[in-house]
Amino acid sequence: MSLNLVEGVAAKKMPAPISRIAERFALLKKYKRAGLVTFISANDPNPDVFAEILEGLPSAGADIIEIGIPFTDPAADGPSIQASSQRALKHKTDVKAVLKAVEKFREDEIETPVVLMGYYNPIYRYGPQEFAEHAAKAGVDGVIVVDLPPEEAEELDVHLRAHNLHLIFLTAPTSSDARLPAIVGRASGFVYYVSIAGITGTATADEHAVAKAVARLRKHTRLPIAVGFGIKTPEQAKAIAAHCDAAVVGSAIVDVIAKGVKADGTPEAGLSNKVLEFVKTLATGIRNAWP
Amino acid sequence: MAVAEARNTYRSGADENGHFGLFGGRYVAETLMPLILEVDKAYAAAKDDPAFIRELTNLNLHYAGRPSALYYAERLTAHLGGAKVYFKREELNHTGSHKITNCLGQILIARRMGKTRIIAETGAGQHGVATATVCARFGLKCVIYMGAKDIERQKPNVFRMRLLGAEVRPVEKGSASLKDAMNEALRDWVSNVHDTYYLIGTAAGPHPYPTMVRDFQSVIGTETREQLMAAEGRLPDSLVAAVGGGSNAIGLFHPFLDDASVQIFGVEAAGKGIATGEHAASITGGSPGVLHGNRTYLLQDDGGQIKEAHSISAGLDYPGIGPEHAWLHFQGRVKYVLATDQEALEAFQLCSKLEGILPALESAHALVHVMRFAPTQAPDHLLVMNLSGRGDKDVFTVADALGEKL
Repeated sequence: MSLNLVEGVAAKKMPAPISRIAERFALLKKYKRAGLVTFISANDPNPDVFAEILEGLPSAGADIIEIGIPFTDPAADGPSIQASSQRALKHKTDVKAVLKAVEKFREDEIETPVVLMGYYNPIYRYGPQEFAEHAAKAGVDGVIVVDLPPEEAEELDVHLRAHNLHLIFLTAPTSSDARLPAIVGRASGFVYYVSIAGITGTATADEHAVAKAVARLRKHTRLPIAVGFGIKTPEQAKAIAAHCDAAVVGSAIVDVIAKGVKADGTPEAGLSNKVLEFVKTLATGIRNAWP
Repeated sequence: MAVAEARNTYRSGADENGHFGLFGGRYVAETLMPLILEVDKAYAAAKDDPAFIRELTNLNLHYAGRPSALYYAERLTAHLGGAKVYFKREELNHTGSHKITNCLGQILIARRMGKTRIIAETGAGQHGVATATVCARFGLKCVIYMGAKDIERQKPNVFRMRLLGAEVRPVEKGSASLKDAMNEALRDWVSNVHDTYYLIGTAAGPHPYPTMVRDFQSVIGTETREQLMAAEGRLPDSLVAAVGGGSNAIGLFHPFLDDASVQIFGVEAAGKGIATGEHAASITGGSPGVLHGNRTYLLQDDGGQIKEAHSISAGLDYPGIGPEHAWLHFQGRVKYVLATDQEALEAFQLCSKLEGILPALESAHALVHVMRFAPTQAPDHLLVMNLSGRGDKDVFTVADALGEKL
C-alpha cells in the first residue's frame, strides 16, 4: 500500500504551490495527523542508492524530506550523522551535487517539501546569493543551518526571502522565554524544536518534557512545530508526534544505511528497500499518534 | 557622544555581537547560544569588578609567576648583527607557557558562573596542562579532549595532565588533531550545558572568547611596554610572535596596535611549504569561512570542506586563526609571514646553543622571522619576540626530526 499523502493525484508537471511546506502542514491538519520528517545525508551511502531512497521516501510515508549537506566538522552531530557525512564526502558531495540531486528528484515529485540541512561554511563558500537562487531553481523549499543563529542569519536570509525559501530555525530546551520571540519572529515554514540538550542521535527525548516545551513554544508562535533529536523507534515517534505537528527522525534512519554498508564502503543489495521499509514503520507509528 | 569618541583605533573591537569587521561573531547551534550569552554576561560583569581584578592579579603574581622577564638576547643579537633582540620570557610562567594566564582568568569566570566541570581542547598539550593545573588548584573536575595523533606526539604532556587529575579523552575522528578535539569539546558542552564550562585555549571560537582570551593575554604586551620603557626608555620598533590560533600573538600585539611606529609580525606555520599544501598558514594559504563559532581565514577546499593542517608544532597545527588576526591582516596593521618546519628546527637549535633556552617549536617559528628580519635592521632597532613556551615538551619531536633515537 502506498502511504503517499495525495494518492491518485498526478504529480507530474503541476505548477508548484507557493509554499509546499505550508500546503503540507495544511493537508496534515485536514487529515488530522502529525507528519513525519526524515533526514538523510545527500549521497549516503553513494549517489545511486541515495537517489533510490530519495525517490521512494514520499510513498514510504515521509511528509517532509530533509537532506543533509555533508560537512567535515559537524560539531552538533553525534556519531551516526558524523559517519554519514564522512560516507557522503567520499563521493565529493558539495552543495552543487546536493542541488543536482534535488533537481532530479523534482522531475517526478513536486508535492513533498525538501529542506536542506547543514552547517554554514559550505553554503557561505558557495555564496549566499547563488545558493538561494540555485536552491530555489532546483526545487528546495527550506533550509536549516545548524550553526547560524538568528543573530548571524540576515546575510543568508535576505537572499532566501528573495527566492521564497524558508529559513527554519532551531529552538532548544536551553532557549529562554526572553530569547524565543526573537527566534520564532524570524522563523518561517515551521519551527524545529531540538528535544534534548545534546547532539543528534544520542539521548532520547522525554515525552512529558517535550509536551511542556511545545506548549511553551505555542505561546510564541503559530507556525507548525516539528520535534527532533533522539527519536529512534516507531513507538518513540508516535509518542512525540502526539504532542507536536511533526516528528523528525535522522540518526535512526542513517543507522540502517550504516548497517547495510560493507567494510569496503559498498552498499549491500536491496539497501534502499531496507531503509524505506524502516521509514514505513515510522510513518505507521506517527499516523496513529493523534486521537 | 559616539561621534566625538570616534577616532582611528585598532583596539576597539569586537563590537557587541563579537564582530571584528567581517570576522568573528557567534556561529553556534541554538542549544549553545544561551550559554554563550551567559559567558558574555559573566565576563562583562567580571572584567570591571575590582574583586575579580584583584583576585586575578594576585594569582598571576603568586601562582603563575608574572610578570615574566623581558630579556635582552645578547648573543643572538651579536650573532644576527642587526636589531637589538629582546625575548618576552613567557616560557618562565608556571606550566611553561603563556597559556596559564588565560586559564586563570577563565577559571575565575567559570567559578563566578557556578560551573563545576571544566572541559578543554588541546593540541600540543600546553593548554591542556594549564587547564588541568587551574582545575587542580580550584578543585574542579577536568576533561581534556586531545587528538589521538597529538597524544602520540606529546606523551609527556598527556601524563602531566593525568598527574594533575584530569581525564584525557582521545579523539580518533577526522584528522585526530586539534580541530577534531575542538569539535568533540563542543559536542560535550552541548550535552552538559548545566554544569560545564568550556575553557577555550586560544583567541578564537564564538564571541566572547576571542575578546576575553585577548584581554587576559594582553598582560603580555602591557608588561612588555613597561619593561622596555624601563630598560630603553622607549617603545619597541617591532614585535614578532608565532600564530596558530593566535593567543600569545594577540596578547603581545594588542597594547601596541595604535602605536603606528611599531611594526608587527605574526608568523604562520608553513609546514613543508605552502606549495606542498601541507601547512597551517590560514591567512597566507586560506580563505574566509565559518568554523568553530567564528568567521575567519580557514584552510578549506572550494566546496567549503575543512582541510587538514600540518605543522611540526602541534600547537600551530590548526586550519584556522583567531578572528582578530583575520581582521588585522585585512586592515594591513599586522604583517603575517611564514616559517617552515625545517626553518623552525634550525631556529630551535640555534636558540638552544646561543642563549641556553630551549624554545617551544611554536616560538621557534617566531624566531625564524627574527633571524630573517633582525639582520636587515640598524643596531638601534628594538625588536621584541614572544618566547611563548619552553621546548622541553618538544625534545622527542625534535630528536625524531633530526634522526636521533632517545
